[in-house]
Amino acid sequence: MTKKKPLAENQMLISILASVISIAVGLLFGFILLLILNPSKAGVGMSAMLTTGFGSLDKFGKVLYQAAPLMLCGLSVGFAFKTGLFNIGASGQYTMGAFFALIGAIVLHLPWWACLLLSCVGGGIWGIFPGLFKALFNVNEVITSIMFNWIGMFLVNLLLANTPIMLASAWGASNSDRTADLNVANPSAIIPKAGLDKLFGNSPWINISVFIAIAVAILMWFILQKTTFGYELKACGLNKEASRYAGINANRNIILSMIIAGALSGLGGGLYYLAGTIQYVLEKSVLGMGFDGIPVALLANSHPIGTIFSSLFISYIKVGGSAMQPNFSSETINIIIAVIIYLAAFALLMRGVIMKLLKKLAGKADKEVSA
Amino acid sequence: MTVLANIISLTVIFAVPLLLVALGGMYSEHSGVINLALEGIMVIGALCGCFLLRAFDQNGFGKAHPQVAMLLAILIAAAAGVAFSLLLAFAAINLKADQTIGGTALNIFAPAFAVVVTWAIQGQGQTTIQIPTWIKITQETFGFERTDGFFATLFFKYQYLTTPVAIILFIVAWLLMYKTKFGLRLRACGEHPQAADSVGINVYRMRYAGVMISGFLAGIGGLAYVIAVGSGFSSSVGGYGFLALAVMIFGNWKPFTILGSALIFALFKVIAAYNSSIPFLPKFEGLKDQSSLYQMLPYIVTMVVLVFTSKKSKAPKAEGIPYDKGSR
Repeated sequence: MTKKKPLAENQMLISILASVISIAVGLLFGFILLLILNPSKAGVGMSAMLTTGFGSLDKFGKVLYQAAPLMLCGLSVGFAFKTGLFNIGASGQYTMGAFFALIGAIVLHLPWWACLLLSCVGGGIWGIFPGLFKALFNVNEVITSIMFNWIGMFLVNLLLANTPIMLASAWGASNSDRTADLNVANPSAIIPKAGLDKLFGNSPWINISVFIAIAVAILMWFILQKTTFGYELKACGLNKEASRYAGINANRNIILSMIIAGALSGLGGGLYYLAGTIQYVLEKSVLGMGFDGIPVALLANSHPIGTIFSSLFISYIKVGGSAMQPNFSSETINIIIAVIIYLAAFALLMRGVIMKLLKKLAGKADKEVSA
Repeated sequence: MTVLANIISLTVIFAVPLLLVALGGMYSEHSGVINLALEGIMVIGALCGCFLLRAFDQNGFGKAHPQVAMLLAILIAAAAGVAFSLLLAFAAINLKADQTIGGTALNIFAPAFAVVVTWAIQGQGQTTIQIPTWIKITQETFGFERTDGFFATLFFKYQYLTTPVAIILFIVAWLLMYKTKFGLRLRACGEHPQAADSVGINVYRMRYAGVMISGFLAGIGGLAYVIAVGSGFSSSVGGYGFLALAVMIFGNWKPFTILGSALIFALFKVIAAYNSSIPFLPKFEGLKDQSSLYQMLPYIVTMVVLVFTSKKSKAPKAEGIPYDKGSR
């Protein structure tokens, strides 16, 4: 008889259990809040949140469509975590990626795949700054990232306002507060649907972006687990001094890791805005998509494959959140997400408790077997 | 000359929230806890303060005793800030959680909570809480007639109770940090908690005190921000909590330099917000949406300043590291 690995030492199982518990507590907290705010509508609101995503093919198409950029922002935050960096700047990198993709689509008339590559470049450029400032000047990457979120947003607004051809008003529409509709400006830049729209009841949302995102997730897993580069990055994250002693160039790895993280978020921006369904609106506050990458990464414990599932979950409750209006604000979802992040902050403690519980359970089972 | 008086008085009113929140950050970090949640604490403070002002406006108490109502709103904002900061303290001190992630969670929580509560109280779609006009301090408050000369503009055009309160709190914060036993002990916990513990200082309690003081100041700062902006509270403080962190770093974790940097940052914010009506600024004719250019300015200045100051920064040595009694 082969002896199975004890449950309590299965790190994967513990991580998944910790995430499931965080989600459950988050949802419970959200429900209690709804009960306090409006007891008669709380049940309706909660079921709207939890069932809308599977309610129709159209909505499920939207879940998959939104999951793609979420997945990439989650991969971005998670990848930086592995190197010991907190990339709270995914939002700015995402905005830059979207901007570069749209320049490629509308001004340069490039096909969709070239625009996606450009979005990686845009995000990557914005990712250089936090890494560079950290490595050269010892500026905390959290502050740099936050500042560059704002700088990026205002810069994109400024550049768009001064490139009239980018705006919808140059293409026969009346509004100048958003970019041109790609269906009019350059249909070849729209990410192909590959017949998926037929499968999803002509949902306008669905395209191959979610598959691109999953492919990138697998690629990131490969880089982190199977290459020397990935090993060095993880070593830096675990102990910067020790890895430096072992001959790893820590500064180079910090900068490279942030560039890759930036490129991932940037690609997310490209995937979202090249679908041809949503136009980039000149914003007054930083886009939330990048921040949603943080719970995606934390729920997945920064594991690239786990990110696929956590992004689908976050996308699912986000689609459900819009269906809670007008009884409740869709911001309720962000409260639940905040609770999940808060719990993730003391994940180590929670993992310890789960491990103890599993050991106890295993101990009981052993006793029963021997008795 | 009136333009100059306008700019100075606007700079002061914008500096008030930055100063208060940066001082809050200073207290938290000197005790050893990185308070990234300042932004969220500001939102919660502003939410509670604004709702109290709205209630006073509706029941008539505000018009009858405007400054008493304002003082109560400030106290409520401070109390709400303290209560909300306890969430960070609990996670960071008792549970030894990652302080950056905990702070981020609170920053996502606060604006969402504010939107949801504002919806529930004001009705759907009503996302802005209006600030009543009676909170303003004018010459009439002191029984004089209203004039609009240089000094009248300087002292009374943008004058609210938050400004004198901030001046008092600044002096108290400085005295408490550098002239009392408590301040010395607090700083010891941020520099070398093990050493502090060995001479009988309760590190956990001191860190709780540091975070709660930061919640107190940031809560008031949130209300002061809403008053400075003047267009009501719509569940956001526009990144001011993060700017305050930059002000604190630029101010090298010391009160007087924080005061100076708060004034400099506020000046840039005023330029960003009022660039079109300040006559001697370059207008960049031919460029559309110049205001975006000016709005980027405070953040770019922050980065440039941080590059030059971070190498010799005097950050508390033990900040961000959970204190574990066992690892002494």
